[in-house]
Amino acid sequence: MASEQLSGKKLFGGFAICGVVWAALQAYLLHSFGFLWMVALADAVVSTLLLSLACWLINNNLRYYQPERGSYVYLLVWCGALAAGCAASSRYLLPFFGFGVVYDNFLKQSFIIRMFTDFLAIGWMAMISALFYSQLDHKKTEQRKTEAEKLARDAELYNLRQQLQPHFLFNSLNSINALIGFRPEEARKMVHQLSDFLRGTLKKDDQLLVPLSDELAHLNLYLEIEKVRFGHRLQTEISCHDKCGKALIPSLLLQPLVENAIKFGLYDTTGEVTISISGELEDNYLIMTIQNPYDSQTSRPRKGTGFGLSGVQRRLYLIFARNDLMETHANDNIFTTIIKIPQL
Amino acid sequence: MTRVLIIDDEPLARMVVLEYLMAYPQIQVLQECGDGFEGLKAIQQHQPDLIFLDVQMPKINGFEMLELVETPPAVIFATAFDEYAIKAFEAHAVDYLLKPFSKERFSKAIEKYLQHTATATPAATAKATENLLEEAAQSPAQNERIVVKTGTKVKIISVQDVEYLQADDDYVSVITAEGAFLKNKTMAFFEKTLDPRHFVRVHRSYIIAIQQITRLDPYEKDSHLAILKSGAKIPVSKTGYVKLKQVLGI
Repeated sequence: MASEQLSGKKLFGGFAICGVVWAALQAYLLHSFGFLWMVALADAVVSTLLLSLACWLINNNLRYYQPERGSYVYLLVWCGALAAGCAASSRYLLPFFGFGVVYDNFLKQSFIIRMFTDFLAIGWMAMISALFYSQLDHKKTEQRKTEAEKLARDAELYNLRQQLQPHFLFNSLNSINALIGFRPEEARKMVHQLSDFLRGTLKKDDQLLVPLSDELAHLNLYLEIEKVRFGHRLQTEISCHDKCGKALIPSLLLQPLVENAIKFGLYDTTGEVTISISGELEDNYLIMTIQNPYDSQTSRPRKGTGFGLSGVQRRLYLIFARNDLMETHANDNIFTTIIKIPQL
Repeated sequence: MTRVLIIDDEPLARMVVLEYLMAYPQIQVLQECGDGFEGLKAIQQHQPDLIFLDVQMPKINGFEMLELVETPPAVIFATAFDEYAIKAFEAHAVDYLLKPFSKERFSKAIEKYLQHTATATPAATAKATENLLEEAAQSPAQNERIVVKTGTKVKIISVQDVEYLQADDDYVSVITAEGAFLKNKTMAFFEKTLDPRHFVRVHRSYIIAIQQITRLDPYEKDSHLAILKSGAKIPVSKTGYVKLKQVLGI
């Protein structure tokens, strides 16, 4: 806002200088026609003041009302009327100075040319004003739009984060409840794991990129809890190249993918299930691969890629503005999810 | 003596029930089951009086398992979080437990069951279970597939593969490209639970998948024949034709 006022002031100064130059030129021109400096100056000042008034009027008008595309002709009419008004005012006001018959005759003769120059000046002013204010408006709309977009994005990210399944939470609490009865030490350990996991989920900023090693540490908390819940049925294999540890990944991106793999794997088969997670760096991309077994015969029919997966895809799009960073395929009873994280 | 089964895929969840049951010497736990298939087998083998049943389980969930049981025992459901299931439980179940549940809450459920068996007839219990399954099957997560038994095996049919359903005495025959599968449910059950945008009951004895229709031919007076992609000809009654026209928007 401050900068806008500043530019307004600068603009006003610019116009004031233009006015002075205009008046000086007019005075010089009149003097060259053989009038006294006094007469030339008086004429120049009066007609320039009148012209400035007209310019101010048209500018002010355009500040609050911007002509639509089709109605520029009205603007032209306005400019013409103001120019005629200016010229006529000088024509009938200046004789009151009593500069003599020669000067009065000159006024009469120069009426048309004065009107045209005024018209050009006012038209010029109108054009500049229209451009200036429409650009200002445009800027404001643009600003509003980015603000709205940012708000929508924040809300969306918040919602995506809320997808942390209540199912997971209540079942974990149920496991803790069971452990308290006969293995209290393990119950205590699980309470700590669950708290650490939840805290990690809450404090993270969605836009934040974190090193893969941090993300994997957080993921491990989740996996430990799930392993207590499902016992020997759930096995995990995590293999990441040492170099990957420092690679950056949007925080909490892996957990929904692994959650999906566990759900898919554990609920579609009755035996033991191994979820494998691997990471590698390739051409400035961190490539994470998550695999789980499933039973193609009895698998619950799925529409699209499932809620967890579409959420991850949406997040990748919001952060990197790309839709090609995730792919899934299913063959030989193995479901594979691959995500590529650009390393900037 | 009350004979019970505990069916839950999480070992620790079964432990809680076992622990709480120690306070009831008159209740005998016959077996613990880790999934619906085991549960189904154990129910047939032991004919228990009461089962503790988790909803979310591998392969087939608690509701789908119950659907396959000829005469279901009394059930106390346990679930962590499932809006649709809870709605169904509130209306029809003996009782249900929300995980994690306390010993006191558990005792209440047991007492409720004992009271219930003292007053209700087995027929009434079976009817209540049927109503519950009907309501549960209407949830979006449930109405995507149909679980049937073929001999001793359990077959899961995606509703997208269903061509039509045909009444067959006390059963409904589910016809797919792979063949026909019998399910001991009524036509009314399927009419209620299948997505009405995709399935229409065109006749007292037929429900068809509308994307399977290739042609509708007039047939006798007031009735039509629907010709399916597979070539099957399904009779369409007068009221069935009206319903069909409504869904197809013609």
